[in-house]
Amino acid sequence: MKAYSLLALARNGLAWQKDWQRAWRSPDPAAAYDVVIIGGGGHGLATAYYLATQCGVNKVAVIEKGWLGGGNTGRNTTIVRSNYLLDASAGIYEHAIKLWEGLSQELNYNVMFSQRGLLHLAHSVHDMQEIGRRGNAIHLNGIDSEFLTPQQVQQMVPFINLNCRYPVMGGLLQKRGGTARHDAVAWGYARGADAAGVDIIQNCEVTGFQIENNKVVGVDTTRGRIGAGKVGVVTAGHSSVLAEMAGFRLPLESYPLQAWVSEPIKPIIDCVVMSNGIHVYVSQSDKGELVVGAGSDAYNSYSQRGSFDLIEHTVGPLVELFPLFSRLRMLRQWAGIVDVTVDRSPILSKTPVENLFFNCGWGTGGFKATPGSGHAFAHSIAAGSMNEIAAPFSIDRFNSGALIDEGAAAAVAH
Amino acid sequence: MILINCPYCGERDQTEFACHGEAHIARPTDTASLTDEQWGDYVFFRTNPKGIHYERWVHVHGCRRWFNAVRHTVQDEILATYEVGAPRPDVGGQQ
Ligand SMILES: Cc1cc2nc3c(=O)[nH]c(=O)nc-3n(C[C@H](O)[C@H](O)[C@H](O)COP(=O)(O)OP(=O)(O)OC[C@H]3O[C@@H](n4cnc5c(N)ncnc54)[C@H](O)[C@@H]3O)c2cc1C
Ligand SMILES: [Zn+2]
Repeated sequence: MKAYSLLALARNGLAWQKDWQRAWRSPDPAAAYDVVIIGGGGHGLATAYYLATQCGVNKVAVIEKGWLGGGNTGRNTTIVRSNYLLDASAGIYEHAIKLWEGLSQELNYNVMFSQRGLLHLAHSVHDMQEIGRRGNAIHLNGIDSEFLTPQQVQQMVPFINLNCRYPVMGGLLQKRGGTARHDAVAWGYARGADAAGVDIIQNCEVTGFQIENNKVVGVDTTRGRIGAGKVGVVTAGHSSVLAEMAGFRLPLESYPLQAWVSEPIKPIIDCVVMSNGIHVYVSQSDKGELVVGAGSDAYNSYSQRGSFDLIEHTVGPLVELFPLFSRLRMLRQWAGIVDVTVDRSPILSKTPVENLFFNCGWGTGGFKATPGSGHAFAHSIAAGSMNEIAAPFSIDRFNSGALIDEGAAAAVAH
Repeated sequence: MILINCPYCGERDQTEFACHGEAHIARPTDTASLTDEQWGDYVFFRTNPKGIHYERWVHVHGCRRWFNAVRHTVQDEILATYEVGAPRPDVGGQQ
């Protein structure tokens, strides 16, 4: 792999940009691999990258039915934070933030990780109690968070309408939170994995598993059979479909989650603002567009369009909080299919089938965890047992009752 | 926007209704002898199909009565609605 650098930029500029190496190969699938990862989103690609670079697994493939990052990785609103209530969540999300902080350097790829600060608003006594409890729990886990008064909120976002229908009573700020460029995360991990020998196979859909004596030995794909020592399934909204192929069910339901971007404007908002209470969140992309999101649709679906009524539910609170934005037009709207668990925490787990591992259930908020999830999953697959960070997120928690209930406490959908 | 045919009120906008997930999940009766796995399966595990889904709805902003619907989860087309307790309707062999 030829490294990207200032020098390379100059050299390739002089060569009319014709000498750039392809970021990754497009090999034909081999007959068999030590580990096959299904799903070429950020989490799958990160898993493959760490398997090849840190776990000494030589023959790894990523099998993607469409294109890299075409699932939720390329559809999300890119918010990164680690201000969760519970210890297990702090473990995995903060692990991710620490990896984010060095990721562009590590991958030699600019993932545009921007720690612009994440401001969570409180609009009621209940909200204030919730951020009080969560903020202190975050502190005890050694993670940064600060309480803000309404005046401090106004200093950060001068044009906010504090005295809206549900007045802003306070805020919780994580300064190390922010955003990253979603596509770049998929591409950077893909390029790094490819350089370490991982075969990335796009336009190849997994249609079934080969299971012998309750042990997975390969996958059926639209490009034929591929043998596998171990298989990691990282297919987000389609995880239940893959589980059905393997003969079991998951504690998941798939919902459309939508996002919007406005026409681009000059820099106006330099942090991420989110509100659980009135349910909207917004940040500004480097291109100047407002990136807006809110809750998932009201019923499970694989339609990947999103229902109309959610538009009003999102734009209403946005305009109430920032009356200024009422004159902006939305340019684009889209949806992804998110895999939601009842406790709103992910699943990184062994399954009833030996050597078959699942990493799913990230629902509305897994982009932020991409590096940490891939890292923990890779080490767990390589070792054959879930590591310390992943272990609490086992499927068994839905039988034992040891849920990691971030549903009520963690911030809004993102 | 989906129109839903409430068995009691007729066709109304989806926003009048709330969806409550998979239907035809019977509460186990032999609760004292269930294993953790059986309890987990009943409470948390779902079919979540990409295709035909039998599901519960309630007409919250209307008659407030519960009923079941059959919906295709890719097109979101509602193929039938029926009363709670009635068997799954035949939707013409659709998958
Ligand atoms: C609108 C929206 C906004 C969001 N905002 C945020 C946010 O601000 N912050 C945040 O942290 N998270 C956010 N999320 C959630 C986040 O996007 C996801 O949790 C995360 O990207 C999941 O990554 P992944 O790699 O697991 O899944 P994906 O990127 O969805 O990758 C799964 C891949 O599996 C492939 N696949 C599926 N079936 C098969 C098959 N049979 N064979 C081969 N390949 C298959 C798919 O094509 C897909 O590419 C948002 C999600 C959406 C939809
Ligand atoms: Zn009715």
